[in-house]
Amino acid sequence: MKSLIFKTASNYLLPLLLMFSIFILLRGHYLPGGGFVGGLMAALAFMLYSFAFGLKETRNIVKLNPRYLMPIGLAITILAAVSPFVIGLPIMTGLWFEEPLIMVGMVGSALFFDIGVYLIVIGSTLTIMFSISETI
Amino acid sequence: MILAVLSGFLIAALVPFFSKYLKKTIPFVFSALPIVLFVYFISYLNQIKLSSHKMFSYLWVPSMGIDLDFRLDGLSMLFALMITGIGSLVFLYTANYLKGHQYLDRFYGYLAMFMASMLGLVLSDNLMTMFVFWELTSISSFFLIGFNNEDPESRKSALTALGVTGMGGLVLLAGIIVIASVGDSYSFTELLSSPEIIKSSSSYLWIIGLVFIGAFTKSAQFPFHFWLPGAMKAPTPVSTYLHSATMVKAGIYLLARFTPLLGDTYWWNSTLITVGAITMIFAAVHSLFRIDLKSILAYSTISALGILVFLIGLGTEDALLGAALFIVTHALYKATLFLVTGIIDHETGTRDVTRLGGLQKVMKPVAIAGFLAALSSAGIPLLLGFISKEVMYEATFHFGKWAILLTALIVLTKALLFVAGFWVGVRPFTGQLPSEYEKVHLPSPLLWVPPLLMAILCVLFGTAPIIIESFIQSVYSSIMPNAPEIHLALWHGLNWPLGLSALTLALGFGLYFFLKPSNGLLEKTKKFESIAPIELANAFGNLFLGFAKFWTNFFQNGYLRNYVISILIFVTILAGYRLFFGVDIHLDWTQISQITPSELIVVILMVTSIFFALFSPTRTGVIVALGIIGLAICLFFLYYSAPDLAMTQFSIDTLTVLLFMLVLFRLPKNTTFSSRKTRIRDAFFSLMFGTLISVLALEVFEAPSSSEVSDFYAESSYLLAKGKNVVNVILVDFRGIDTMVETVVLVIAALGVLSLLKLDLNPSKKD
Repeated sequence: MKSLIFKTASNYLLPLLLMFSIFILLRGHYLPGGGFVGGLMAALAFMLYSFAFGLKETRNIVKLNPRYLMPIGLAITILAAVSPFVIGLPIMTGLWFEEPLIMVGMVGSALFFDIGVYLIVIGSTLTIMFSISETI
Repeated sequence: MILAVLSGFLIAALVPFFSKYLKKTIPFVFSALPIVLFVYFISYLNQIKLSSHKMFSYLWVPSMGIDLDFRLDGLSMLFALMITGIGSLVFLYTANYLKGHQYLDRFYGYLAMFMASMLGLVLSDNLMTMFVFWELTSISSFFLIGFNNEDPESRKSALTALGVTGMGGLVLLAGIIVIASVGDSYSFTELLSSPEIIKSSSSYLWIIGLVFIGAFTKSAQFPFHFWLPGAMKAPTPVSTYLHSATMVKAGIYLLARFTPLLGDTYWWNSTLITVGAITMIFAAVHSLFRIDLKSILAYSTISALGILVFLIGLGTEDALLGAALFIVTHALYKATLFLVTGIIDHETGTRDVTRLGGLQKVMKPVAIAGFLAALSSAGIPLLLGFISKEVMYEATFHFGKWAILLTALIVLTKALLFVAGFWVGVRPFTGQLPSEYEKVHLPSPLLWVPPLLMAILCVLFGTAPIIIESFIQSVYSSIMPNAPEIHLALWHGLNWPLGLSALTLALGFGLYFFLKPSNGLLEKTKKFESIAPIELANAFGNLFLGFAKFWTNFFQNGYLRNYVISILIFVTILAGYRLFFGVDIHLDWTQISQITPSELIVVILMVTSIFFALFSPTRTGVIVALGIIGLAICLFFLYYSAPDLAMTQFSIDTLTVLLFMLVLFRLPKNTTFSSRKTRIRDAFFSLMFGTLISVLALEVFEAPSSSEVSDFYAESSYLLAKGKNVVNVILVDFRGIDTMVETVVLVIAALGVLSLLKLDLNPSKKD
């Protein structure tokens, strides 16, 4: 699977797919999409790249070991869930900023929760895929 | 208040990130925490004395009646002061005791976690919250007992402790649920306003039985006492803090807390008196069979806990006052003795009481601390132990029918504990100094100041009990509603308790001079070991393990196809059984919409790929065919307006195909094919399962097409959660906790794969 076309295409597809996955993540609250699908897409983007250039190359461009994304994502979801607690509301209460953010729309604790899910999905999917393909 | 309770967790969570930079100063950074908390709680002291209790409420899960309500009254104040006060001393002591240990940061993290859980446990007013903290103390104590994780013995002890206390915790949870369902509230304060409801309910015996098991396992009462001596494998600061002063008293706390709610009935009193009496005598005798200083202390601690249970069981005015006093007394003298033992161990390298002696020549302040603590434990006048002992004797002596027997029991226990205390606090310091220890020198003040401070408190409170009188009064009133005014004094006049005290001292002194600790005594107990509770617990554990092994091997024999078959059979039988009785299918052809050409194409595509997958000779062919089926399902989701589902299914399907390709691509070519017989068997099970799913799908038609639930979500997703995509709003908001737990499952799965593939337990294979 080391054809020139595939390699050249995946070089451009990786950033495009990643941007698309973030787009999917952000629009989730209003239109089809969300953290889970977005995360899967981002993971797929990296998988595609690793098929074309090999695992080592992929690990090199990411730098951060994907397994660290799991605790980071978990921490974000938990923080998003307990943040209302700090100001005296029951946990998981949705909190929202008054004004919408440019390009993103309304920002609230649910969005951070989704970002956490996004990171966890990328982290665990890539951990599974990378460790399987490295072992074989 | 909430910050005070949870600060320990916060700090423990932050350690891993900063420990690199704080290696040198870490002990002092940490020690500030309990000291600050101690001052914080002290600042409430006057308010507690004036009013009965003070509440702090924070919402948690109000819809289920579970909130973070903290109740600060005499009893919880007593424990909070003990936890933070003794905690401060232990934190400082550890700074020197484990100086330069490579996991020092970790140790402090665990200690801080433990302290926070313990504070939460004693302060919680909501029973469910209290249970959460109760379990957290078990877990953090597991880490602390197993701190020397390279020693298999200490790992085993940690597991035993966790097993026993964890099991007790689950039983307690059952008890709490029963209490809440009878009293219709998780709030202790609310339940307390009408205790008759619970006492007169038909499940009262169940409640106290369950609560008792929870308390007995935690507080090491017979026959659950065996985990405590094992837990002494932990470093001495841990034994001091968890296993004498605070955690093991959690059970006592629970019993004392529930006394006004559940106490003063026949079963409550007689069970506690019996169990407490057995424990105190049994453990006191046991302590004299040991020569390891820490073992002696472990058994004398169990015995002291027995005394407390016994006193709570007596339940009279004097007995409860005695319990309140003895909690303080015991915490002070026992923690001192533990810390002294730690110093001896640290400086001489042995804890064998038969080899130690004359150490007062080389470490005077330590000897003074040990001596004072032993005197307090013996109950000699002018020390706090004397006052609490007098009150105890008063309680048993006036108990009524069984007074003589009960008094005899407690006098005997006290005399035995006298000896145990002297063996630890006095014996190593008196007599001839063995030549090998002549070079031993006084350790850093960080080690000897904490025990000396506590020993001095024993004397101070003992000579001038007026200092703690008003505080003990408020502790006493929180255990006993409408408690009378108390008056603590050194001199009660010439009466029976004083005579009994003299008798105890005489007995104790006699035994101390007559009985010498020796290994021979320990050897003699060996033959009873096969019936000791710890052996029974181990046998039970092994039996359980064997059964689990058999069960696992039976179902999980390593062939994926067998797993699939057993899952399919199980589901088919389970669901089929239900359907067998209540299936009601009739197809209403008019309801079914017209089949469009595009749908028809997709169906044909699916059927073709199924048959292709069945008969394809190559693995790649099968995988591709399965992938096509997955994509076809996506198309169906799209046709029926579920774009979210389609998107997810599409990504998942792609991933699955990739995963299969990764693994199967490298396998050798198919050489053998399954026999005709297995093919027929597999076909049978598949058809069976397929039929089941079809029947289920047709059943769904019978259900009403719109339900309140989906209407609710559709209506309120924008109003309540400001989202227009209902699916996503459900995921991140309405059922966010589910999502959170699911992501945790995902992480666990990923870690499982990672450790299965990357963990190499056989390092020789690497080379």
